[in-house]
Amino acid sequence: MGEMIAVKDLVKNYGDFCAVNHVSFTVPEGKIFGFLGPNGAGKTTTIKMLTTVLDPTAGSIRVNGHDPTREQKQVRRSFGIVFQDPSLDDELTAYENMDLHGILYGMPHGERVRRIHMLVDFVGLGDRKKDFVKTYSGGMKRRLEVARALLHNPRILFLDEPTIGLDPQTRNHIWGYIQQLSREEGVTVFFTTHYMDEADRVSDEVAVIDHGKIVAQATPSELKERTQSATLEDAFIALTGHAIREEEANATDRLRMMGRVWRGGRRR
Amino acid sequence: MKPIYILCARQLKRYVRSPARIVGSLGQPILFLVALGFGFGSMFARAGGGSYLNFLAPGIISMAILFNAVFSGIEIIWDRQFGFLKETLVAPVSRIQIVLGRTLGGAIVAMAQGAVVFVICLVFGFRLHSSLLVPVAIVFMFLIALLFTSIGTAIGSVLQDMQGFPLIMNFLVMPLFFFSSALFPIEGLPKVLKTAVGLNPLTYGVDGLRGSLSNAFAFGGMTDFVVLSILTAILLAIGSYFFSKIQL
Repeated sequence: MGEMIAVKDLVKNYGDFCAVNHVSFTVPEGKIFGFLGPNGAGKTTTIKMLTTVLDPTAGSIRVNGHDPTREQKQVRRSFGIVFQDPSLDDELTAYENMDLHGILYGMPHGERVRRIHMLVDFVGLGDRKKDFVKTYSGGMKRRLEVARALLHNPRILFLDEPTIGLDPQTRNHIWGYIQQLSREEGVTVFFTTHYMDEADRVSDEVAVIDHGKIVAQATPSELKERTQSATLEDAFIALTGHAIREEEANATDRLRMMGRVWRGGRRR
Repeated sequence: MKPIYILCARQLKRYVRSPARIVGSLGQPILFLVALGFGFGSMFARAGGGSYLNFLAPGIISMAILFNAVFSGIEIIWDRQFGFLKETLVAPVSRIQIVLGRTLGGAIVAMAQGAVVFVICLVFGFRLHSSLLVPVAIVFMFLIALLFTSIGTAIGSVLQDMQGFPLIMNFLVMPLFFFSSALFPIEGLPKVLKTAVGLNPLTYGVDGLRGSLSNAFAFGGMTDFVVLSILTAILLAIGSYFFSKIQL
């Protein structure tokens, strides 16, 4: 089985601060891979570099055999992504959001229409596809984002905390679709989460990152065994310690605050 | 081409679907038109300038375009932080296509807003010199819109959040408006002010618009067109460059 993602000695510095410090790992094709770590450990920074929107300081990356810094188009065609923050256009309908995505990915009209209908049904939004996204609940938006990420038949699906803030029903639904996809179509899944029970249940393999470094990569059961813990959460704490991480509020957080004030907290 | 088209169409859809924004951004131009147009009207006529409303209207239309264009460009900041921009940046299309689609869409929206103000001016008593030159006026409206959307795009690509917004309003957009020929004629201005007005790209937009709507060019239509076109090309290139450098 081939490697869908291969990362070697990846480094990202912001001035003096080292967000990602000589990280190496590989993700086998067709597996569900959990990328775990406390806040500010470097998870999102790593995903940004894998998905071509941030240039690494040093190191090499291969995504589906291509280099994200040089072969951006090939890499971008290979993956679909659900971002940590919502990334739909609220002022468009669900269908329009999907259609726009299909056009950006160069899908021909017939295939686009067919897959949009199939996927909105798949995530249970078939009868709401003509509604504006601003009328959707948080869980519905997430499901739509999953559907959109799958529209262009990607080989890899990146999910950055896909279930944050969702109720158990929606979480189960979302993981249900994703496991089904992985089984039936062999899509490789790379995800981050803070819910260790979730990671334990769905991952074939996990890597734990802390302070910008990989501290372990194994199957969930191997990790539990190695740390002699009953649950993955205990194993996680054993590996990363008890200290609570301070994360500086970034521009997005500040702006989201303003957005809440300006728009009466409609977002999310 | 298709990605450019769909991103442009997105801006138009958003515009058409938010009547609050359309109506809201008409407030300021109407205020200027009524307060200044009628307030200074008699003085302007006594000084031998003719109808001030006819002089002012092209300036107010330009103002509406200027404000909406810069806003459209700066909208990148919103899109960037809350998401939609990311969706376009990870898509297998070149940044140039994305920035062209956005800028073109923003420019058309700003122009549409200018057209609405134009109609309002007619309601308040603005009279066209000749309807034959309306197509020329549309060209100038488009150039003003594209030029300032490009400036907005450049700014929106560099700024991280909206904190700098008052700075842009008070130190860029407002001066661009007041130190143009939108409110007063250029001849007879003190030398320093005249130079400032002459260096302001909006002056050439206003002049082109005033020329084609009221037949009162200060520089001549060709000069206006050439200056605006060259500046627009340069600023579009600068905006595209900054946009292409965005990292998340």
